[in-house]
Amino acid sequence: MRKIRRLLENKTGWWFLSVLAVGWVAGLFHAQPAGAEYADVVLNRLSEANGVRPVIYPHWFHRIRFRCKVCHSELGFKMKAGGNDINMLELMDGKFCGSCHNNNIAWGLENCHRCHSGLKGLETGIRGGHKAGGPGVW
Amino acid sequence: MKRLFPITPALLCLLGGLSIAVVEAAAPADPPAKTEAAPAASAAQVNTFNRLMTPKSDRNQPPPLDGIHDPEGPGTKTLQAPRDAFSALPKSSGGNYVNWVQALKDKAINPRYDRLNPKEEPMIMELDIVREVKGFMPDVVYPHDRHTQWLDCSNCHPDIFVPQKGANTISMAQILMGQKCGVCHGKVAFPVSECRLCHSKKKDQALLKK
Ligand code: HEC
Ligand code: HEC
Ligand code: HEC
Ligand code: HEC
Ligand code: HEC
Ligand code: HEC
Repeated sequence: MRKIRRLLENKTGWWFLSVLAVGWVAGLFHAQPAGAEYADVVLNRLSEANGVRPVIYPHWFHRIRFRCKVCHSELGFKMKAGGNDINMLELMDGKFCGSCHNNNIAWGLENCHRCHSGLKGLETGIRGGHKAGGPGVW
Repeated sequence: MKRLFPITPALLCLLGGLSIAVVEAAAPADPPAKTEAAPAASAAQVNTFNRLMTPKSDRNQPPPLDGIHDPEGPGTKTLQAPRDAFSALPKSSGGNYVNWVQALKDKAINPRYDRLNPKEEPMIMELDIVREVKGFMPDVVYPHDRHTQWLDCSNCHPDIFVPQKGANTISMAQILMGQKCGVCHGKVAFPVSECRLCHSKKKDQALLKK
């Protein structure tokens, strides 16, 4: 503490403190994660507990190719993040993501890392920014 | 003092580096508290314009930089960046910053209505429902046509809305909580910030002021 006080009494000290502060603030801005794309869904009910990265499902990418109705009516995805019992056996049997990711409509399940691409520790839920996540958010 | 000189800057650099590392590790936690701890920052750096707004440059980040994809993941770099996909699509001011309704109308995209058959056409229903709104906000027009382009009747009826005009109570509070229109708007479809897309029917303001 005394050293810091002494630093404040000389010019070089101030200079270094300013550099430190500037660096810190720059670091702050640099460190801000930019934020997920609107409507990306993290699926991590089972993934991390079973030793793989959480799954990230991009709505924007799929809605360019399919209307909501295909997944949320035809394929039976309930419109609730974490509300579907999805696991790898179901996918292999051609349900949920597996009804398209079968090397016929889209690339197959052997490409683990394209789906299991999330950072460790993410919670299941929809991302991307809007504040309609419920109480406490707005 | 002279003897201290070579040590202090080095120590400070270390400290600075460390503090940044600490801040980086805890980045998602609220940054304002941390800026308070940096008293010597110049006023211009702290008192920025649009403190709480996402800068334009941060929109539609590519997967390795978006804060949820693992940049180390072997698949992450193969994924498409939203900006590449959106560059040819009409813009909007919220959500994905894409005007999805216009994109369909312009045939800029042609998403399938059936998993297998690319030719299947959606069943469009032309029925606008006007909901009168308390207060000064323009009335809400709910358009069935632009919804049935994307959705099946069963996505809304009967779970979210009873299919009968006026049989549902809807309020902004519910929408902000993710219910009613907020099941989709604010999560996948355009967000609540775009008031005028829903509140689109003018009222006679002169009558209201009495
Ligand atoms: C099309 C996307 C997709 C691909 C490809 C994929 N997975 Fe999954 N996987 C999922 C989803 C979705 C879940 C459920 C996620 C959750 O809730 O945690 C899951 C869950 C898992 C689980 C959790 C337990 C279980 O058995 O369900 C493991 C382990 C797993 N995947 C391993 C793999 C491996 C290994 C591969 C490659 C051979 C792979 N996955 C490929 C989407 C995918
Ligand atoms: C390719 C399939 C697919 C398409 C197309 C699709 N979705 Fe989804 N949607 C999903 C999946 C997967 C989830 C996550 C379900 C889970 O977590 O179990 C989801 C979740 C949701 C949720 C729940 C979010 C929450 O926070 O609970 C909503 C709302 C939603 N979708 C709306 C839409 C709308 C609107 C469209 C059309 C513009 C659409 N979806 C198109 C697959 C799809
Ligand atoms: C209705 C069919 C369908 C369903 C259901 C579906 N996908 Fe896909 N998905 C596709 C198609 C088509 C592509 C594009 C394939 C290509 O470009 O070769 C794709 C691509 C992807 C991509 C790569 C995006 C990119 O940047 O290239 C990911 C990741 C993905 N899907 C994850 C999932 C997950 C996770 C699920 C389940 C929760 C899922 N998908 C369900 C059809 C589907
Ligand atoms: C995105 C959600 C959504 C979808 C999809 C949707 N509707 Fe509706 N529908 C509504 C809302 C909201 C109302 C108004 C309810 C109210 O005023 O309380 C409504 C009202 C109705 C009414 C009552 C009209 C009246 O004058 O009483 C009928 C009938 C109806 N819908 C049929 C359908 C049919 C058929 C489809 C499929 C082709 C469909 N809807 C798809 C949201 C939807
Ligand atoms: C099941 C999901 C869902 C629900 C519930 C829903 N919408 Fe939508 N809405 C969509 C989708 C998807 C679009 C297409 C545009 C987009 O994705 O941004 C859309 C588009 C619209 C548009 C057209 C905007 C334009 O650019 O012309 C209006 C207006 C609208 N919604 C109002 C409402 C209102 C009001 C309600 C509640 C009564 C409601 N919506 C409930 C999914 C939904
Ligand atoms: C997704 C469509 C949608 C969007 C976007 C939207 N509203 Fe609303 N708003 C509604 C509906 C539906 C009602 C209820 C109308 C009724 O009483 O039936 C409503 C009601 C209201 C009311 C009356 C009080 C109440 O809660 O019933 C106010 C005020 C209001 N909105 C303000 C706004 C403002 C400000 C914005 C933009 C920040 C906005 N709304 C965006 C659909 C929307």
